[in-house]
Parts: sequence; structure tokens; C-alpha cells
Amino acid sequence: MLTIIKQGWSTFKSIFTGMGVTIRHFFGPSVTLQYPDERYELPENSRAKLYVNIDDCIGCNLCARACPVNCIDIETVPATADVDLGKTSTGNPKRFWLTRFDIDMAKCMYCDLCVHPCPTDCIYMVPEYEYSEFDRTNLIYHFSNLEPEKIAEVKEKAEIEAAEKKKKREEMQKAKAEAARKKKEMEAKKEENEKSGDDDNAPSKPESDGGE
Amino acid sequence: MNSLFLTNILNLPLLVHLALPLTIILVYALVAIWGERKVAGFIQDRLGPMRVGGWHGWAQSIADLLKLIQKEDIVPTNASRFLFKFAPFMMFAASYAAFAVIPFSSGYIGSNINIGVFYLLAVTSVLTLSIIMAAWASNNKWSLLGGMRSAAQMVSYEVPTIATVLTVIVVAGSLNLMTVTEMQSGNDILGFLPNWFIFQNPFLIVAFVIFFISILAESHRVPFDLPESESELVAGYQTEYSGMRWAMFMLAEYADMLLLSLLGAVLFFGGWNSPFGDFMGGPVWGFFWFMLKGLLLVFVMMWIRWTLPRYRVDQLMHICWSVLIPLSFINLVLVALWELIF
Repeated sequence: MLTIIKQGWSTFKSIFTGMGVTIRHFFGPSVTLQYPDERYELPENSRAKLYVNIDDCIGCNLCARACPVNCIDIETVPATADVDLGKTSTGNPKRFWLTRFDIDMAKCMYCDLCVHPCPTDCIYMVPEYEYSEFDRTNLIYHFSNLEPEKIAEVKEKAEIEAAEKKKKREEMQKAKAEAARKKKEMEAKKEENEKSGDDDNAPSKPESDGGE
Repeated sequence: MNSLFLTNILNLPLLVHLALPLTIILVYALVAIWGERKVAGFIQDRLGPMRVGGWHGWAQSIADLLKLIQKEDIVPTNASRFLFKFAPFMMFAASYAAFAVIPFSSGYIGSNINIGVFYLLAVTSVLTLSIIMAAWASNNKWSLLGGMRSAAQMVSYEVPTIATVLTVIVVAGSLNLMTVTEMQSGNDILGFLPNWFIFQNPFLIVAFVIFFISILAESHRVPFDLPESESELVAGYQTEYSGMRWAMFMLAEYADMLLLSLLGAVLFFGGWNSPFGDFMGGPVWGFFWFMLKGLLLVFVMMWIRWTLPRYRVDQLMHICWSVLIPLSFINLVLVALWELIF
């Protein structure tokens, strides 16, 4: 009998304790936010969406290499000698046209690893999180600000310059090869002269010593 | 009482008698479903529905109703077609029919019969039947399990409900709910308390506690919502229902909740009597007080729902057969003795 009363007492006590808790919450303030009408201010360093300040980008490709999921796709074209692309706000000289700078936010895993290698701090996360799309391809963000005609022009120019440089290099190489051949011939002649002069000197040549 | 007014309103056309409680139930169901979601929200530190209709999403239930009307009326291939289609209407009819004997105010009662309480308890037993009908006709394991649980639960908990109602009847000496309410008029206890039965007799407080626990089980509310425990039985006997037929079940459940709460208000809290004696009395205020008392009990039911976890089936039966039923019968004897002595 006593245990029944005790049990009954503890049952009712616990029920009323629980109901006290719920009624306190009933009158307490709500912790939710009326989302589309009001939004939380995200902290400054929150990782929500990647952004590239394309004016500061030097096309070094470090971010693309750092990315674990390869969501950054960069194509650069070297600037020709007749144009000066200027400097970034951090003072680094810009040497490349950025013909493509695509970030696929569908692939991005918000690891922040691309942000830190950037020498000019031009790629960073911004606290903007409402960018869902109906088509997955719309999640690829194109940061390059060059028009297609400009890209074509730049590429053509760069190709011509590259071809010229190649030609020059080839010529230079040829000249070098020529010079080397001439030098060799001279040396060979010299050797011949020496051989004819003194045969015993030949084994004590410095090159063969170093080789063995 | 103003019996002239009473006789006048009893001579109203039959259609008004049919429509009045129905209007009350429909409006109540819309408000209660919205209210339940709001209560759930507030208790869980949320806001609940906020968008439909402007102020605190008051039109959410109306929007839900419009959606339910548009839904396809699905009948499973292997279901027993006629019974499957008929069960929800029978369930609503059972809970609606019981409203006939509820005295909504001093000026309105559907049917002023002398066996009101008996009629009410008898008619609500049909609820069990319609639930089993729905469960069996669905030809679904979840439905059948839910239906069987509900049958066992309702049959068991009818015993303590009736025993506690009987304790009030012993004090009142009448089965007519209008007479029972009229007996509770006035403010004589300790000079200021209203003459409600809950204040008249200490054992009637115990009776009310048992009654309240039993009506929680009768109307399938948490912590006794085993027939439709969604984590175990999907939705119990309603699993196969969709659209308006499901809405009828929902309506019947909320109507049942209100019915039993109003019965509690009549039996223990003075029905349509104002708590301040003649101040704010009269038929219209009577309706207000009566609905206020009923809705307060409904609110407590919701409050309990979002506080307590669900009982197991064996615990449910244990509470009923080895705690509530003996207690209620002992209590009945004690109340009778109290009435004999004082």
C-alpha cells in the first residue's frame, strides 16, 4: 500500500514537473527565425560561396592546384609584349590574360584550401548562401570578364608571339649549335695538331679523369 | 431558469437543431487543429504555422481543408469497398450524435432527454465499432493492429470513465445533463467558490483525475495514442485513408476530444455556469463559459500531448485494469458515503 502511494506520488510529481517545463517553454520566446522575411547575419569568415576578385588575379593557378575536388578551372594566355596588364592592388605584376576562370559550386566542398595559397588574396568565401538553381550547369560561375572576341584576339596574338618566339629560339638554338660545332671543329683541329706534336699527352686529359 | 426561452428555442425547426452543433464542431475543428500546431510550436520554442492568412497563419487549417478536398479518394484493391467507404462517416456520426445531449448554454440543448449521460456513453461506444470497421476493411496489417489496439483500449477505458461519471451522477441524482448543470448554479461554497461538483466533494477531485486520464485514452490522445502511434503503426487504422475520408477521421477525433472535454466541463466544472455567479450569466455568456471550459480541457490535452511519451500496450492495460478501475470503484463508494453523511 505504501509503495503504491509512493509510486503514485512520484508519477504525478514527474508528470507535473514535465508539464511545468513545457508550459515554461510555451510562454517562452521562440528561437526560430521567419526565414525568407528575416535572415541571420552570417559571420564574416563563414564559408558559403566562393568569389574571385578577377581584377587582382595573376593567373598563377595555385588555387586550382590546391583544390581537392578540382572544381576550379583556369585557362590563361600570356600577355603579349605590346600590352601592359598593369598591377594588382597588392602590387604584383599581371602577366596573363585570364581567358577562363570557372568555379563549379556544385563540386565545391567549402574546404577553404584554395583561399590561403592565393598570393594576391583575390579568391575568398563570401557569406552568401542563397544560390540554388534548377539546372546544375548554372552553378558553374564564370569569373573571367573577357568577351569571346577579346579572348580570340588575345589568343591569336599570343599564338603569333609564341610562334615568333619559337622561331627566334630555334634560330638562337641553331646559332648556338653552329657555334658549338665550330668550336668542336676548332678543338678537333687543335687536338689533331697536338696529337701530331705529342702522343703521350692524350691519356692525361682532364675529362676522362673526371668521368672515372 | 428561464424556461420560457428554453421551450422557445426547443421549438426551432429541426434543421437548426441539426446544423447548430455541426457549425460549432466544424469551426472548433479548424481552430483546434491550427491551435494544436501552434501549441506544439510554442512548446518546442517554434512559432508553428505563420504564413497562411496573415496573422499567425490563422487560415492554415482552411488551406489544409481545401487541399484535402482536392485529393484523390483512394480505395485499396483488396479492401472491402462498402465498409471502407462507410467507416469514416459512421465514426463522425457517432461522435456528432453524442452532441445532442450536451447543454451548450442555458438556452440551447439539442435534445433535453432524461437519460442524457447514458445516451452519450452508449453512442460514443459506436466509435470503437467504426474504428474496427475501418481497420478491418482496409486489409492492411498496420490498420488491423491499430484497430485491435483501439478496441482493447476503448473497451477497457470505458469502465473507469463510466465509473467516474457514475460518481457525479450519485451526487447529482439525475442523468439529464441540463439538470446536472443547473444543480451547479450559484456561489455558495466557502462563500465565494461556485457550486461546481469539483469543489463540492474532495473525492470528486480524485474522480476528475481518473475521468481525465480515461478520456485521454478514450479520445486516443498522447500518452495513450497507441491506435495511431506513428512510430510503430504508420497511422494505425487510418493508414489506407486519403483525402476527405481521412479528414472525416480527423474531424471525428477532434469532435470526440471536444465532446469528452465538454462532458468533463458539465460534470465537474458547472457547464455553462459563470464562475462569478450571476455576473456575466445568461444564455450567450453561458455558451461562452461552457466553450471556454471545454477548450481549456482540450488545451490541457494538447499540453499533455507535447509533454509525455507514449505508454506501451501492457502498461496501458496495467494502468486501466489494476489502478484506475479499482480506484474509481473505491472512489464511487467513498463519494456515496460522503453524500450519505453530509
